[in-house]
Amino acid sequence: MKTVLSLTVNGVAHDDVIPDNMLLVDYLREKTGLTGTKIGCDGGECGACTVLIDDRPRHACLTLAATCQDSRIETVDGLSRDSRLTALQRGFNEKLGAQCGFCTPGMIMASEALLRRNPDPSEADIRDALAANICRCTGYVKIIEAVQFAAQELASGELAS
Amino acid sequence: MELLPDLKLHHPRSVEDAVSLHAAASSGRYLAGGSDLLVNIRRGIEQPESLVYLNNIAEMQAITEATGQISIGGAVTLRELAESAPVRQHFAAVAQAAGEVAGPSHREYGTLGGNLCLDTRCVFYNQSEWWRSANAYCLKNRGEICHVAPGGKKCFAAFSGDVAPALLLFDAEVELAGPDGRRRLALADLYRNDGMDHLTLGQGELLVAVHMAKPSEAVHSAYAKSRVRGSIDFPLAGVAVRIAVSDGKISDLQVGLTGVSPLPFLVRKLDKFIGRAADDACLEELRDAVRGQAKAMKTTFTPPHYRRRVAGALAQKLAASFF
Repeated sequence: MKTVLSLTVNGVAHDDVIPDNMLLVDYLREKTGLTGTKIGCDGGECGACTVLIDDRPRHACLTLAATCQDSRIETVDGLSRDSRLTALQRGFNEKLGAQCGFCTPGMIMASEALLRRNPDPSEADIRDALAANICRCTGYVKIIEAVQFAAQELASGELAS
Repeated sequence: MELLPDLKLHHPRSVEDAVSLHAAASSGRYLAGGSDLLVNIRRGIEQPESLVYLNNIAEMQAITEATGQISIGGAVTLRELAESAPVRQHFAAVAQAAGEVAGPSHREYGTLGGNLCLDTRCVFYNQSEWWRSANAYCLKNRGEICHVAPGGKKCFAAFSGDVAPALLLFDAEVELAGPDGRRRLALADLYRNDGMDHLTLGQGELLVAVHMAKPSEAVHSAYAKSRVRGSIDFPLAGVAVRIAVSDGKISDLQVGLTGVSPLPFLVRKLDKFIGRAADDACLEELRDAVRGQAKAMKTTFTPPHYRRRVAGALAQKLAASFF
Protein backbone atom coordinates (compact mmCIF):
# COMPACT_ATOMS: atom_id res chain seq x y z
CA MET A 1 0.00 0.00 0.00
CA LYS A 2 1.17 3.52 -0.78
CA THR A 3 0.69 7.02 0.59
CA VAL A 4 1.33 10.45 -0.92
CA LEU A 5 3.63 12.13 1.58
CA SER A 6 4.05 15.91 1.77
CA LEU A 7 6.60 17.34 4.17
CA THR A 8 9.65 19.53 4.34
CA VAL A 9 13.14 18.17 4.85
CA ASN A 10 15.72 20.77 5.86
CA GLY A 11 13.43 23.50 4.54
CA VAL A 12 12.83 21.88 1.14
CA ALA A 13 9.28 20.79 0.34
CA HIS A 14 8.87 17.21 -0.85
CA ASP A 15 5.89 15.36 -2.30
CA ASP A 16 6.56 11.67 -2.74
CA VAL A 17 4.57 8.51 -3.23
CA ILE A 18 5.96 6.10 -0.66
CA PRO A 19 5.07 2.62 0.58
CA ASP A 20 3.18 2.61 3.91
CA ASN A 21 5.84 0.40 5.46
CA MET A 22 8.71 2.78 4.67
CA LEU A 23 10.61 3.98 7.74
CA LEU A 24 11.52 7.65 7.96
CA VAL A 25 15.24 6.83 8.03
CA ASP A 26 14.94 4.88 4.77
CA TYR A 27 12.88 7.70 3.24
CA LEU A 28 15.57 10.23 4.16
CA ARG A 29 18.47 8.12 2.96
CA GLU A 30 16.95 6.48 -0.12
CA LYS A 31 14.32 8.93 -1.41
CA THR A 32 15.87 12.29 -0.56
CA GLY A 33 19.48 11.09 -0.74
CA LEU A 34 20.36 12.64 2.61
CA THR A 35 22.65 9.99 4.04
CA GLY A 36 23.83 11.99 7.06
CA THR A 37 21.26 10.19 9.25
CA LYS A 38 22.72 6.82 10.21
CA ILE A 39 21.18 3.42 10.90
CA GLY A 40 22.98 2.04 13.94
CA CYS A 41 20.96 -0.54 15.85
CA ASP A 42 17.77 -0.49 13.78
CA GLY A 43 15.59 -0.69 16.87
CA GLY A 44 15.56 2.54 18.87
CA GLU A 45 18.42 1.60 21.15
CA CYS A 46 21.38 3.64 19.89
CA GLY A 47 20.02 7.03 18.76
CA ALA A 48 22.25 7.32 15.66
CA CYS A 49 19.12 7.94 13.55
CA THR A 50 17.90 10.89 15.68
CA VAL A 51 16.34 13.65 13.58
CA LEU A 52 14.16 16.61 14.52
CA ILE A 53 10.47 16.32 13.71
CA ASP A 54 8.82 19.69 14.36
CA ASP A 55 11.80 20.65 16.58
CA ARG A 56 11.61 17.49 18.70
CA PRO A 57 14.27 14.74 18.64
CA ARG A 58 12.90 11.38 17.51
CA HIS A 59 14.20 8.10 16.12
CA ALA A 60 13.85 7.96 12.35
CA CYS A 61 14.28 4.15 12.50
CA LEU A 62 11.08 3.71 14.56
CA THR A 63 8.96 6.27 12.74
CA LEU A 64 6.93 5.33 9.70
CA ALA A 65 7.49 8.02 7.08
CA ALA A 66 3.77 8.08 6.28
CA THR A 67 3.03 9.30 9.82
CA CYS A 68 5.07 12.46 9.16
CA GLN A 69 2.47 14.10 6.90
CA ASP A 70 2.94 17.91 6.86
CA SER A 71 5.85 17.66 9.31
CA ARG A 72 9.04 19.67 9.34
CA ILE A 73 12.00 17.29 9.35
CA GLU A 74 15.55 18.42 10.06
CA THR A 75 18.63 16.24 9.67
CA VAL A 76 22.32 16.81 10.23
CA ASP A 77 22.71 17.39 6.47
CA GLY A 78 20.78 20.66 6.71
CA LEU A 79 22.60 22.38 9.54
CA SER A 80 25.51 24.12 7.85
CA ARG A 81 24.88 27.14 5.63
CA ASP A 82 27.16 28.26 2.82
CA SER A 83 29.83 25.77 3.89
CA ARG A 84 29.94 27.30 7.39
CA LEU A 85 29.54 24.83 10.23
CA THR A 86 27.15 25.60 13.08
CA ALA A 87 28.41 26.17 16.61
CA LEU A 88 27.53 22.58 17.51
CA GLN A 89 29.36 21.16 14.54
CA ARG A 90 32.38 23.30 15.35
CA GLY A 91 32.15 22.11 18.96
CA PHE A 92 32.28 18.44 17.92
CA ASN A 93 35.23 19.30 15.71
CA GLU A 94 37.17 21.49 18.16
CA LYS A 95 36.60 19.31 21.22
CA LEU A 96 37.08 15.98 19.43
CA GLY A 97 33.48 14.99 20.17
CA ALA A 98 33.55 12.62 17.19
CA GLN A 99 35.92 9.67 16.89
CA CYS A 100 34.56 7.04 14.52
CA GLY A 101 31.74 9.51 13.87
CA PHE A 102 28.87 7.07 13.41
CA CYS A 103 26.86 8.32 16.40
CA THR A 104 27.68 11.95 15.69
CA PRO A 105 24.69 12.86 13.46
CA GLY A 106 22.33 11.65 16.20
CA MET A 107 24.36 13.31 18.94
CA ILE A 108 24.33 16.62 17.08
CA MET A 109 20.58 16.53 16.39
CA ALA A 110 19.73 15.61 20.01
CA SER A 111 22.05 18.41 21.17
CA GLU A 112 20.49 20.83 18.66
CA ALA A 113 17.06 20.08 20.15
CA LEU A 114 18.44 20.69 23.64
CA LEU A 115 20.05 24.05 22.79
CA ARG A 116 16.86 25.30 21.14
CA ARG A 117 14.90 24.55 24.32
CA ASN A 118 17.63 25.42 26.77
CA PRO A 119 20.47 27.64 25.47
CA ASP A 120 22.37 27.45 28.77
CA PRO A 121 22.31 23.78 29.81
CA SER A 122 24.12 22.37 32.83
CA GLU A 123 26.23 19.24 32.45
CA ALA A 124 23.32 17.26 33.95
CA ASP A 125 20.93 18.77 31.38
CA ILE A 126 23.29 17.70 28.57
CA ARG A 127 23.63 14.18 29.96
CA ASP A 128 19.83 13.90 30.28
CA ALA A 129 19.24 15.18 26.74
CA LEU A 130 21.77 12.73 25.27
CA ALA A 131 20.65 9.75 27.38
CA ALA A 132 19.11 8.01 24.36
CA ASN A 133 22.29 8.38 22.25
CA ILE A 134 25.01 5.78 22.60
CA CYS A 135 28.67 6.35 21.70
CA ARG A 136 31.14 3.46 21.87
CA CYS A 137 34.28 5.55 21.31
CA THR A 138 34.49 8.75 23.27
CA GLY A 139 33.28 7.94 26.77
CA TYR A 140 30.96 10.97 26.39
CA VAL A 141 33.23 13.48 28.14
CA LYS A 142 34.34 15.05 24.86
CA ILE A 143 30.79 15.10 23.57
CA ILE A 144 29.62 17.02 26.62
CA GLU A 145 32.50 19.47 26.16
CA ALA A 146 31.45 19.89 22.53
CA VAL A 147 27.90 20.87 23.54
CA GLN A 148 29.22 23.22 26.22
CA PHE A 149 31.52 24.80 23.61
CA ALA A 150 28.53 25.36 21.34
CA ALA A 151 26.42 26.85 24.15
CA GLN A 152 29.23 29.28 24.98
CA GLU A 153 29.69 30.27 21.34
CA LEU A 154 25.97 30.88 20.96
CA ALA A 155 25.88 32.93 24.18
CA SER A 156 28.74 35.07 22.92
CA GLY A 157 26.73 36.01 19.86
CA GLU A 158 27.71 33.43 17.25
CA LEU A 159 24.79 32.41 15.10
CA ALA A 160 23.56 28.81 15.27
CA SER A 161 23.19 28.58 11.54
CA MET B 1 16.18 -7.09 11.87
CA GLU B 2 13.75 -8.12 9.16
CA LEU B 3 12.13 -5.66 6.78
CA LEU B 4 8.66 -4.48 7.65
CA PRO B 5 6.04 -6.53 5.80
CA ASP B 6 3.89 -4.83 3.19
CA LEU B 7 1.05 -3.27 5.12
CA LYS B 8 -1.68 -0.67 4.98
CA LEU B 9 -1.39 2.30 7.34
CA HIS B 10 -4.64 3.99 8.37
CA HIS B 11 -4.83 7.54 9.76
CA PRO B 12 -8.18 7.86 11.59
CA ARG B 13 -9.19 11.20 13.12
CA SER B 14 -11.67 9.80 15.64
CA VAL B 15 -11.80 6.86 18.05
CA GLU B 16 -14.87 5.46 16.30
CA ASP B 17 -13.11 5.54 12.91
CA ALA B 18 -10.10 3.80 14.42
CA VAL B 19 -12.26 1.01 15.81
CA SER B 20 -14.10 0.44 12.54
CA LEU B 21 -10.88 0.52 10.47
CA HIS B 22 -9.40 -2.05 12.83
CA ALA B 23 -12.51 -4.23 12.61
CA ALA B 24 -12.44 -4.13 8.80
CA ALA B 25 -8.89 -5.52 8.61
CA SER B 26 -8.24 -9.23 8.82
CA SER B 27 -5.09 -8.82 10.92
CA GLY B 28 -4.64 -5.30 12.17
CA ARG B 29 -2.89 -3.69 15.09
CA TYR B 30 -3.25 -0.30 16.68
CA LEU B 31 -0.05 1.73 16.36
CA ALA B 32 0.85 4.57 18.73
CA GLY B 33 4.51 5.56 19.16
CA GLY B 34 5.69 2.25 17.75
CA SER B 35 8.82 1.90 19.88
CA ASP B 36 7.58 -1.53 21.06
CA LEU B 37 5.34 -2.72 18.21
CA LEU B 38 7.54 -1.83 15.21
CA VAL B 39 10.51 -3.55 16.83
CA ASN B 40 8.45 -6.70 17.45
CA ILE B 41 7.23 -6.69 13.85
CA ARG B 42 10.78 -6.34 12.56
CA ARG B 43 11.85 -9.21 14.78
CA GLY B 44 9.26 -11.39 13.07
CA ILE B 45 7.19 -11.78 16.22
CA GLU B 46 4.05 -10.55 14.51
CA GLN B 47 3.12 -9.66 10.94
CA PRO B 48 0.01 -7.46 10.80
CA GLU B 49 -1.52 -6.60 7.41
CA SER B 50 -2.63 -3.19 8.58
CA LEU B 51 -1.77 -0.65 11.24
CA VAL B 52 -4.25 1.86 12.63
CA TYR B 53 -2.32 4.96 13.70
CA LEU B 54 -3.74 6.54 16.86
CA ASN B 55 -1.67 9.69 17.29
CA ASN B 56 -3.80 11.94 15.06
CA ILE B 57 -6.91 11.55 17.23
CA ALA B 58 -7.50 14.82 19.08
CA GLU B 59 -9.65 13.24 21.81
CA MET B 60 -6.77 10.98 22.82
CA GLN B 61 -4.18 13.77 23.02
CA ALA B 62 -5.66 15.85 25.84
CA ILE B 63 -5.08 16.07 29.58
CA THR B 64 -8.26 17.50 31.14
CA GLU B 65 -9.07 18.39 34.73
CA ALA B 66 -12.48 18.51 36.36
CA THR B 67 -13.28 18.95 40.05
CA GLY B 68 -11.16 16.41 41.87
CA GLN B 69 -10.60 14.42 38.68
CA ILE B 70 -8.10 14.16 35.88
CA SER B 71 -8.38 12.45 32.49
CA ILE B 72 -5.31 11.66 30.41
CA GLY B 73 -5.68 10.65 26.76
CA GLY B 74 -4.08 7.43 25.61
CA ALA B 75 -2.05 9.23 22.91
CA VAL B 76 -0.53 11.75 25.34
CA THR B 77 3.22 11.33 24.97
CA LEU B 78 5.35 10.28 27.92
CA ARG B 79 7.22 13.59 27.72
CA GLU B 80 3.94 15.53 27.98
CA LEU B 81 2.84 13.33 30.88
CA ALA B 82 6.13 13.83 32.72
CA GLU B 83 5.93 17.62 32.25
CA SER B 84 2.21 18.06 33.00
CA ALA B 85 1.74 20.49 35.92
CA PRO B 86 -1.42 18.86 37.40
CA VAL B 87 0.07 15.38 37.10
CA ARG B 88 3.28 16.48 38.82
CA GLN B 89 1.31 18.21 41.55
CA HIS B 90 -1.19 15.49 42.44
CA PHE B 91 0.29 12.28 41.02
CA ALA B 92 4.05 12.75 41.40
CA ALA B 93 4.79 9.03 40.98
CA VAL B 94 3.01 9.01 37.60
CA ALA B 95 5.01 11.98 36.29
CA GLN B 96 8.26 10.49 37.59
CA ALA B 97 7.50 7.08 36.07
CA ALA B 98 6.72 8.66 32.69
CA GLY B 99 9.99 10.60 32.89
CA GLU B 100 11.91 7.38 33.61
CA VAL B 101 10.72 5.48 30.52
CA ALA B 102 13.57 4.79 28.08
CA GLY B 103 15.41 7.94 26.90
CA PRO B 104 14.26 11.47 26.03
CA SER B 105 13.89 10.76 22.30
CA HIS B 106 11.64 7.74 23.02
CA ARG B 107 9.46 9.82 25.32
CA GLU B 108 8.80 12.28 22.48
CA TYR B 109 6.70 9.67 20.67
CA GLY B 110 6.03 6.87 23.18
CA THR B 111 2.52 7.27 24.58
CA LEU B 112 0.67 6.55 27.82
CA GLY B 113 -1.57 4.00 26.08
CA GLY B 114 1.42 2.31 24.50
CA ASN B 115 3.24 2.08 27.81
CA LEU B 116 0.18 0.57 29.52
CA CYS B 117 -0.34 -1.96 26.69
CA LEU B 118 3.37 -2.76 26.32
CA ASP B 119 4.04 -6.37 25.38
CA THR B 120 5.63 -8.47 28.10
CA ARG B 121 9.40 -8.93 27.81
CA CYS B 122 11.85 -11.78 28.24
CA VAL B 123 15.46 -12.38 27.29
CA PHE B 124 14.33 -15.37 25.20
CA TYR B 125 11.58 -13.39 23.43
CA ASN B 126 12.95 -9.93 22.59
CA GLN B 127 15.49 -11.26 20.14
CA SER B 128 15.87 -11.38 16.38
CA GLU B 129 14.11 -13.96 14.25
CA TRP B 130 17.48 -15.61 13.65
CA TRP B 131 18.33 -15.78 17.36
CA ARG B 132 14.97 -17.23 18.31
CA SER B 133 14.93 -19.78 15.51
CA ALA B 134 18.35 -21.03 16.61
CA ASN B 135 16.87 -21.53 20.07
CA ALA B 136 13.71 -23.37 18.85
CA TYR B 137 11.68 -20.22 19.69
CA CYS B 138 9.84 -20.15 23.05
CA LEU B 139 6.45 -20.80 24.55
CA LYS B 140 5.31 -17.18 24.05
CA ASN B 141 5.97 -17.23 20.33
CA ARG B 142 5.95 -20.26 18.02
CA GLY B 143 7.87 -22.55 20.38
CA GLU B 144 6.86 -25.33 22.74
CA ILE B 145 9.22 -24.81 25.64
CA CYS B 146 9.60 -21.94 28.09
CA HIS B 147 13.36 -21.55 28.46
CA VAL B 148 12.84 -19.70 31.75
CA ALA B 149 10.93 -22.60 33.35
CA PRO B 150 11.33 -25.57 30.99
CA GLY B 151 9.16 -27.91 33.05
CA GLY B 152 6.11 -25.66 33.07
CA LYS B 153 3.41 -24.62 30.64
CA LYS B 154 3.25 -21.03 31.81
CA CYS B 155 4.98 -17.96 30.34
CA PHE B 156 6.76 -15.68 32.79
CA ALA B 157 7.70 -12.82 30.42
CA ALA B 158 7.67 -9.69 32.57
CA PHE B 159 5.44 -6.66 32.15
CA SER B 160 7.94 -3.79 31.94
CA GLY B 161 5.90 -0.61 31.57
CA ASP B 162 6.89 2.03 34.13
CA VAL B 163 3.68 4.04 34.35
CA ALA B 164 1.20 1.28 35.27
CA PRO B 165 2.36 0.68 38.89
CA ALA B 166 2.21 4.43 39.56
CA LEU B 167 -1.34 4.65 38.18
CA LEU B 168 -2.39 1.63 40.28
CA LEU B 169 -1.56 3.63 43.42
CA PHE B 170 -4.42 6.00 42.57
CA ASP B 171 -7.07 3.40 41.60
CA ALA B 172 -6.91 4.58 37.98
CA GLU B 173 -9.64 3.52 35.56
CA VAL B 174 -9.05 2.98 31.86
CA GLU B 175 -11.61 3.91 29.21
CA LEU B 176 -11.67 1.39 26.38
CA ALA B 177 -13.36 1.60 22.98
CA GLY B 178 -14.18 -1.39 20.83
CA PRO B 179 -16.70 -2.74 18.32
CA ASP B 180 -19.31 -2.98 21.12
CA GLY B 181 -18.86 0.63 22.24
CA ARG B 182 -17.06 2.06 25.22
CA ARG B 183 -16.53 0.72 28.71
CA ARG B 184 -14.56 1.57 31.81
CA LEU B 185 -12.37 -0.84 33.67
CA ALA B 186 -10.20 -0.61 36.76
CA LEU B 187 -6.61 -0.49 35.51
CA ALA B 188 -5.78 -3.50 37.71
CA ASP B 189 -8.36 -5.52 35.74
CA LEU B 190 -6.66 -4.66 32.43
CA TYR B 191 -3.96 -7.20 33.32
CA ARG B 192 -3.81 -10.92 34.00
CA ASN B 193 -0.96 -13.04 35.33
CA ASP B 194 -0.04 -14.69 32.03
CA GLY B 195 3.03 -13.57 30.09
CA MET B 196 1.58 -14.89 26.82
CA ASP B 197 -1.74 -13.05 27.12
CA HIS B 198 -1.38 -10.41 29.81
CA LEU B 199 -3.99 -7.89 28.59
CA THR B 200 -7.73 -8.40 29.08
CA LEU B 201 -8.50 -6.11 26.10
CA GLY B 202 -11.26 -7.56 23.92
CA GLN B 203 -10.89 -8.09 20.17
CA GLY B 204 -10.41 -4.69 18.51
CA GLU B 205 -10.40 -2.69 21.74
CA LEU B 206 -8.10 0.28 22.25
CA LEU B 207 -7.25 2.39 25.27
CA VAL B 208 -8.81 5.85 24.88
CA ALA B 209 -7.97 7.46 28.22
CA VAL B 210 -7.08 7.03 31.88
CA HIS B 211 -9.23 8.59 34.60
CA MET B 212 -8.19 9.20 38.19
CA ALA B 213 -9.47 11.01 41.29
CA LYS B 214 -7.03 13.42 42.93
CA PRO B 215 -5.87 12.22 46.35
CA SER B 216 -5.84 14.42 49.45
CA GLU B 217 -3.00 16.91 49.86
CA ALA B 218 -1.46 14.72 52.60
CA VAL B 219 -0.70 11.92 50.13
CA HIS B 220 2.81 11.78 48.66
CA SER B 221 4.04 9.45 45.96
CA ALA B 222 7.22 8.61 44.09
CA TYR B 223 8.60 6.13 41.55
CA ALA B 224 12.06 4.59 41.18
CA LYS B 225 13.47 1.84 39.00
CA SER B 226 16.55 -0.29 38.85
CA ARG B 227 18.09 -0.84 35.41
CA VAL B 228 21.32 -1.98 33.83
CA ARG B 229 22.07 1.38 32.20
CA GLY B 230 20.90 4.47 34.05
CA SER B 231 20.10 6.24 30.81
CA ILE B 232 17.58 4.18 28.83
CA ASP B 233 16.77 0.65 30.00
CA PHE B 234 13.57 -1.20 30.86
CA PRO B 235 13.13 -1.78 34.60
CA LEU B 236 14.76 -4.78 36.28
CA ALA B 237 12.30 -3.80 38.99
CA GLY B 238 10.15 -0.67 39.16
CA VAL B 239 8.60 0.50 42.41
CA ALA B 240 5.90 3.13 42.99
CA VAL B 241 5.07 4.17 46.56
CA ARG B 242 2.10 6.16 47.84
CA ILE B 243 2.29 7.23 51.46
CA ALA B 244 0.83 9.64 53.99
CA VAL B 245 2.29 10.20 57.44
CA SER B 246 0.47 12.17 60.13
CA ASP B 247 1.76 12.75 63.66
CA GLY B 248 4.62 10.34 62.99
CA LYS B 249 2.26 7.50 62.08
CA ILE B 250 1.56 5.98 58.68
CA SER B 251 -2.00 6.76 57.62
CA ASP B 252 -1.89 5.62 53.97
CA LEU B 253 0.46 3.17 52.21
CA GLN B 254 0.43 1.46 48.82
CA VAL B 255 3.29 -0.03 46.80
CA GLY B 256 3.03 -0.84 43.08
CA LEU B 257 5.53 -3.09 41.31
CA THR B 258 6.51 -3.59 37.68
CA GLY B 259 9.17 -5.57 35.83
CA VAL B 260 9.05 -8.54 38.20
CA SER B 261 6.05 -10.52 36.92
CA PRO B 262 3.75 -10.77 33.88
CA LEU B 263 1.56 -8.01 35.28
CA PRO B 264 1.97 -4.80 37.30
CA PHE B 265 0.36 -5.11 40.73
CA LEU B 266 -0.13 -3.55 44.15
CA VAL B 267 1.71 -5.29 46.98
CA ARG B 268 -0.87 -7.07 49.15
CA LYS B 269 -1.40 -6.97 52.93
CA LEU B 270 0.06 -3.55 53.63
CA ASP B 271 -2.87 -2.72 55.96
CA LYS B 272 -0.75 -3.86 58.88
CA PHE B 273 1.42 -0.75 58.47
CA ILE B 274 -1.46 1.70 58.93
CA GLY B 275 -1.21 3.37 62.34
CA ARG B 276 2.36 2.17 62.82
CA ALA B 277 5.09 4.61 63.84
CA ALA B 278 7.12 5.67 60.80
CA ASP B 279 10.51 4.38 61.95
CA ASP B 280 13.40 2.21 60.80
CA ALA B 281 11.84 -1.05 62.02
CA CYS B 282 8.75 -0.30 59.97
CA LEU B 283 10.84 0.46 56.88
CA GLU B 284 12.69 -2.84 57.18
CA GLU B 285 9.41 -4.74 57.49
CA LEU B 286 8.10 -2.93 54.42
CA ARG B 287 11.26 -3.86 52.51
CA ASP B 288 10.79 -7.53 53.42
CA ALA B 289 7.09 -7.47 52.52
CA VAL B 290 7.85 -6.05 49.06
CA ARG B 291 10.74 -8.43 48.51
CA GLY B 292 8.53 -11.39 49.42
CA GLN B 293 5.98 -10.55 46.73
CA ALA B 294 8.42 -9.53 43.97
CA LYS B 295 8.78 -13.01 42.52
CA ALA B 296 11.00 -12.22 39.54
CA MET B 297 11.95 -15.06 37.19
CA LYS B 298 14.97 -15.47 34.91
CA THR B 299 13.58 -13.16 32.22
CA THR B 300 16.60 -10.80 32.20
CA PHE B 301 20.36 -11.33 32.22
CA THR B 302 20.36 -9.86 35.73
CA PRO B 303 19.56 -12.67 38.18
CA PRO B 304 16.08 -12.76 39.78
CA HIS B 305 17.62 -12.80 43.24
CA TYR B 306 18.97 -9.29 42.67
CA ARG B 307 15.69 -8.00 41.25
CA ARG B 308 13.75 -9.22 44.31
CA ARG B 309 16.19 -7.59 46.67
CA VAL B 310 16.37 -4.32 44.76
CA ALA B 311 12.55 -4.06 44.65
CA GLY B 312 12.44 -4.21 48.45
CA ALA B 313 15.32 -1.79 48.80
CA LEU B 314 13.74 0.76 46.43
CA ALA B 315 10.43 0.62 48.33
CA GLN B 316 12.29 1.17 51.59
CA LYS B 317 14.26 4.09 50.15
CA LEU B 318 11.20 5.79 48.62
CA ALA B 319 9.11 5.42 51.79
CA ALA B 320 12.00 6.71 53.92
CA SER B 321 12.17 9.88 51.82
CA PHE B 322 8.72 10.85 53.17
CA PHE B 323 9.29 9.97 56.85
